[in-house]
Amino acid sequence: MIPLSWYLYLSAALFSIGLFGVLARRNAVAILLSVELMLNAVNINLVAFWRYGNTASMAGQVFAIIVFAVAAAEVAVGLSLIYSIYRRRNTVIADELDLMKW
Amino acid sequence: MSFWTDPIKVVYDGLMLLLTGWGLSGAAANVISSLLGILLLITGAMVLDIMLVWVERKVVARFQGRLGPNRVGPYGLFQPFPDIIKLIIKEDITPDGADKVVYNMAPIISLGSVIFLWAVVPLASTIYGVDLNVALLYLVAAGALGTLSIIMAGWSSNNKYALLGAFRQVAAMISFEIPMVVALLIPTILAGSLSLKVITEAQAGGRWFFWLSPLGAVLFLISAIAELGRSPFDLNEGESEIVSGYHIEYTGMKFGLFYAGELLHAFTFGGFLSVLFFGGWHGPWASQYPLLGVFYFVAKAMFGYWLIMWVKYTVPRIRIDHMLAFNWKFLTPVAFALLVVTAVVHSLLKNAGFWPYCFGLFFSNVLLGWITLEILRASTRRQRLAVEAPQPAAQH
Amino acid sequence: MDASQVIFILSAALIIASAVMVVSTRNLIQAALWLIATLFGVAILYAVLDAGFLAVVQVVVYIGAIAIMFIFAVMLTSKDMRDKGPQVNASWPGAALLGLLTFGGIFVILSKWDGLGKLPGEIPGGADALLAKLGVALTSPELFVLPFEVASILLLAALIGSVYVAMNKK
Repeated sequence: MIPLSWYLYLSAALFSIGLFGVLARRNAVAILLSVELMLNAVNINLVAFWRYGNTASMAGQVFAIIVFAVAAAEVAVGLSLIYSIYRRRNTVIADELDLMKW
Repeated sequence: MSFWTDPIKVVYDGLMLLLTGWGLSGAAANVISSLLGILLLITGAMVLDIMLVWVERKVVARFQGRLGPNRVGPYGLFQPFPDIIKLIIKEDITPDGADKVVYNMAPIISLGSVIFLWAVVPLASTIYGVDLNVALLYLVAAGALGTLSIIMAGWSSNNKYALLGAFRQVAAMISFEIPMVVALLIPTILAGSLSLKVITEAQAGGRWFFWLSPLGAVLFLISAIAELGRSPFDLNEGESEIVSGYHIEYTGMKFGLFYAGELLHAFTFGGFLSVLFFGGWHGPWASQYPLLGVFYFVAKAMFGYWLIMWVKYTVPRIRIDHMLAFNWKFLTPVAFALLVVTAVVHSLLKNAGFWPYCFGLFFSNVLLGWITLEILRASTRRQRLAVEAPQPAAQH
Repeated sequence: MDASQVIFILSAALIIASAVMVVSTRNLIQAALWLIATLFGVAILYAVLDAGFLAVVQVVVYIGAIAIMFIFAVMLTSKDMRDKGPQVNASWPGAALLGLLTFGGIFVILSKWDGLGKLPGEIPGGADALLAKLGVALTSPELFVLPFEVASILLLAALIGSVYVAMNKK
């Protein structure tokens, strides 16, 4: 039997690794990859709490499915934005996208 | 319960008795028996794959009016073995600048994604890998892994033609997943479950889903052929088109893995066509003797595979933009219309008795097919009239 | 140490190792492939948690669509196959500190909660009926049909938006 704490610590670790990736990586696509890690950590949390809590209500699984849909939409729009920026400025390094800095 | 009525249980009980007699705990004996079962299933699939090489070459030869291999063994039955030996002794070349790990993993994942499918196929009433209650979605997931392996192959080959072929093949495959998923929803509605075992059992007594929904079977067949990447949808791996596309840098046994994976994938989809629409393992006395059920399943899967080969060797290749237009402008609307029609007719006629239900579904399918053909005919006629309209004479 | 604990430890090791490789590898294609390994590990965890539908949907949606989108984007925005220059920016020690603080903070908050050692309860109605219950939950007006439909409109907006943004307006 797996205690709930194992799942929660795992998702906390995955979330922190994703957070490090978002803040530390230079390439914009790599930042989006790390955001995906964070979303997956949240999903593990949701499904674990559903399983170890009230399995009569499917709210946990429905929430996780909505997170899937939102992640897919966000990745699609984010990657097309990055691609169109690449076409104009020929770079995807986040530090070099600084036209609107004061 | 003798061996003939329930072979898997008899063998499993015997194995457990043997292993626990040797002193292993119950859980460890269970794991070992399951691993042996998995090994047996994979071995069966791979041995079938070897025979499929012979079947493919003989059938293509007969379609093209020639004999096919007939020298190595009676009727050329042992031809696959020289083929395999030739592939194994070839020099194994890795292109310069290729990403070695990804390059070597791509054919393994490609063949692996096909073998994953055999875990859910019900070979008989009591012979199957596992009874997943989301088996049809598992089918789509294994197809997604196959798509991944194509990108890995195309990118890691460090070759422009491979990359281009891989891009186009993946674009075609993920586009055709949509009508395939919708076509997979038709047996789900008719049987009330995503589980392949329940779908097969719902077709008992001659109530095949092919009679209930022929348009669904045709839709599944077309999108399955596109998913396989076989002709007429094989622009991206034809030798005369793009120099074999993502296969180009693979030699020897790695190419053999891709090739064998493609043949096994085609046979597996023939198997799925038979399970979903042609009754699977049902046949005379199949419920009492599961091994007879396996025979019926393999025969029907061979029929499905023969259908796929028939289409391959009859119809010329389709260009990539025609392929995608065919998917988005024809297959997807027809698939969604069929889904809506099937759902409405099923919910209206569910309790109306056996024959009104069957005839209602069959005629709604035929009606939808006729309406589709009329729309196609009208649009073609409009295009032809626009082209044949009298043009003004050229101005100076 | 029963079977489900062994599976959990193996898949947790796969997830954490692959996640570390995602955020630290220089070659972006390999980062995307390590992400696929992470997503596969998460799918195994869903299966252990009796959410079989979610496990398969994870493979279909995340690995079969999102990861492939990432690989396409990396291929389209890289000038050549080898990445030059550092792949973490100048403030990476601060980012590492923040990550450690986040994990530490969540750890501390969780250790004060007394429901931490909970064991999974029984599923009313059996695990096989969950699929039908999920379908009812997603389409029933009293339950979650509204978020479901709004999510589909969101996907439609994302589809149209991303096509428009990336279009070549010549």
